[in-house]
Amino acid sequence: MKETASERGFVALNHLFVALMLIVVLYPLIYIVSASISDPAFVKTGQMWLWPMGLTMEGYELVLKNADIWLGYRNTIFYTLAGTAINLIVTLPCAYALSRPFIKGRGIVMAMIVFTMLFNGGLIPTFLLVKSLGMVNTVWAMLLPSAAAAWNIIVSRTFFQMNVPRELEEAAEMDGCSPIRIFIRIVVPLSMPIIAVMGLFYGVSHWNQFFNALIYLSDHQLFPLQLFLREILVESQMNSTMDSGSILEAAEQARIAEIIKYAVMIVSMLPLLIAYPFLQRFFLKGVMIGSLKG
Amino acid sequence: MPFGKTKYWQYYAFIAPAVLYYVIFHYFPMYGVQIAFRDYMVTKGIWGSPWVGLDHLVRFFHSFRFWNLIGNTLSINVYQLALFPVSIIVALSFNELRDSIYKRFVQTVTYAPHFISVVVMSGMILAFLHPSTGVVNKIIQWFGLEPIAFISAAPWFKTIFVLSGEWQQLGWGAIIYLAALAGVDPQLHESAKIDGATRLQRIFYINIPTILPTIIILLILNFGNFMAIGFEKVLLLQNPLNLESSEVIQTYVYKSGLLQSQFSFSAAVGLFNSVINMILLVLFNFLSRRVSSTSLW
Repeated sequence: MKETASERGFVALNHLFVALMLIVVLYPLIYIVSASISDPAFVKTGQMWLWPMGLTMEGYELVLKNADIWLGYRNTIFYTLAGTAINLIVTLPCAYALSRPFIKGRGIVMAMIVFTMLFNGGLIPTFLLVKSLGMVNTVWAMLLPSAAAAWNIIVSRTFFQMNVPRELEEAAEMDGCSPIRIFIRIVVPLSMPIIAVMGLFYGVSHWNQFFNALIYLSDHQLFPLQLFLREILVESQMNSTMDSGSILEAAEQARIAEIIKYAVMIVSMLPLLIAYPFLQRFFLKGVMIGSLKG
Repeated sequence: MPFGKTKYWQYYAFIAPAVLYYVIFHYFPMYGVQIAFRDYMVTKGIWGSPWVGLDHLVRFFHSFRFWNLIGNTLSINVYQLALFPVSIIVALSFNELRDSIYKRFVQTVTYAPHFISVVVMSGMILAFLHPSTGVVNKIIQWFGLEPIAFISAAPWFKTIFVLSGEWQQLGWGAIIYLAALAGVDPQLHESAKIDGATRLQRIFYINIPTILPTIIILLILNFGNFMAIGFEKVLLLQNPLNLESSEVIQTYVYKSGLLQSQFSFSAAVGLFNSVINMILLVLFNFLSRRVSSTSLW
């Protein structure tokens, strides 16, 4: 069918809109990459506005020399791996059991989990609890208070409901398989997509976790990357924005922060930046399964 | 029923860690929220501290910060809600793209900012909006205008907060609508085309009605989080100069509770916030069920 002039006009306008959207999203990202490898002098004066100028790796060199960044990186990798492992161990078996219609009391457990999405005790009672459990300033404060997320349990449960038929389970039961064996030998291999999705969702949230670290940790040795990033990206910049009468040391720190800030953004996002294009479809899958049960 | 006999208990072993987690880290704090009605003293603990009833809430209502906090919390949310349709428009627009490689590229790019951490995002905002070195002010100066001290100017705070959030979420927020749009029966479009419907008409009469239930669900959830703001970013972007428009209930709870150790008072403020949230969610869910028969439960 031939498209009319107004149809073509609409398509053109739509392309324009999408292009605009692309520019709006891409420009800041390209700017960060360019600024991270440009001479800070060009960046500060605004001569560098899109492509790198006065190519230098000084920012990255300083980042790699920074002991805090290494420490934070190491800690964050640990929190991400250990935290995600805990998340999966808590989420997947529970979601699987809740997806089986013959489990008595599953409605109550579901309601109990869903209710936490509507209401919570709030920051202070949670903090006092974590404190009284003796977890403040230990790695446990980074791992246990976020051991599961209600939404992810619901999404996994939906997946199991759709993808693990009862018959399969019954056949295995006939052969004398216990539920634990069925779960490990049959359900897990069948459910790699949802395991990947959950691993990624939880993994990203641990990698980016900031607030729990802020309130529960005061020992530098335990700080995740995000807390060191806060010092470099937020606190030092805030000081220079506010032009507080800074002493020399602060000025020197601010100068270094100025040089490394774009490099440190890239370095902190590196694992995600590398993995993202390959893993994108898993993230999408997670959102899609979630929307089924909306 | 399978497992009628021996190993049925193992299913409860599957559920146990999660139940334990929810009881300890979610239900115990709900019980502990009673410190909002007590005068919490560290030496006496939650259970031994004396009851004071609604004193803390009354003190909050009468504090000079009260209306400022409510005002900031509400206006940031109204601002965000006004941008709610952006993701819908983005999804409808992406859905019209015919070249699938280009479409995938556009999606990959626009989803990416979702994964940027709140700390890095705040760092980006501060870097880009810096009064003398930030690129935004350079652009403003190219147009011959005076640079603006965005971060230390209270009136700019909400715009910065909301628009940067929109930048991060506009693509990601569209995914769910795109998924719903993928479910539209192509035959509907074919027959509409034969009847001479333009693209715009097909969007209005086929695509939008299809995603309407999704829109309503997300709108309810949005209302349910009405008093909850991505307050980590607020906290990171806050400074004494923009405090007047950046202090929201949650940052206030954090500061008065954890930094100034007024545990009972800030627990009361936090409880006030959670209760309003829950009431709003239940209310909008009820209204939606009445009006459109779409609801969360």
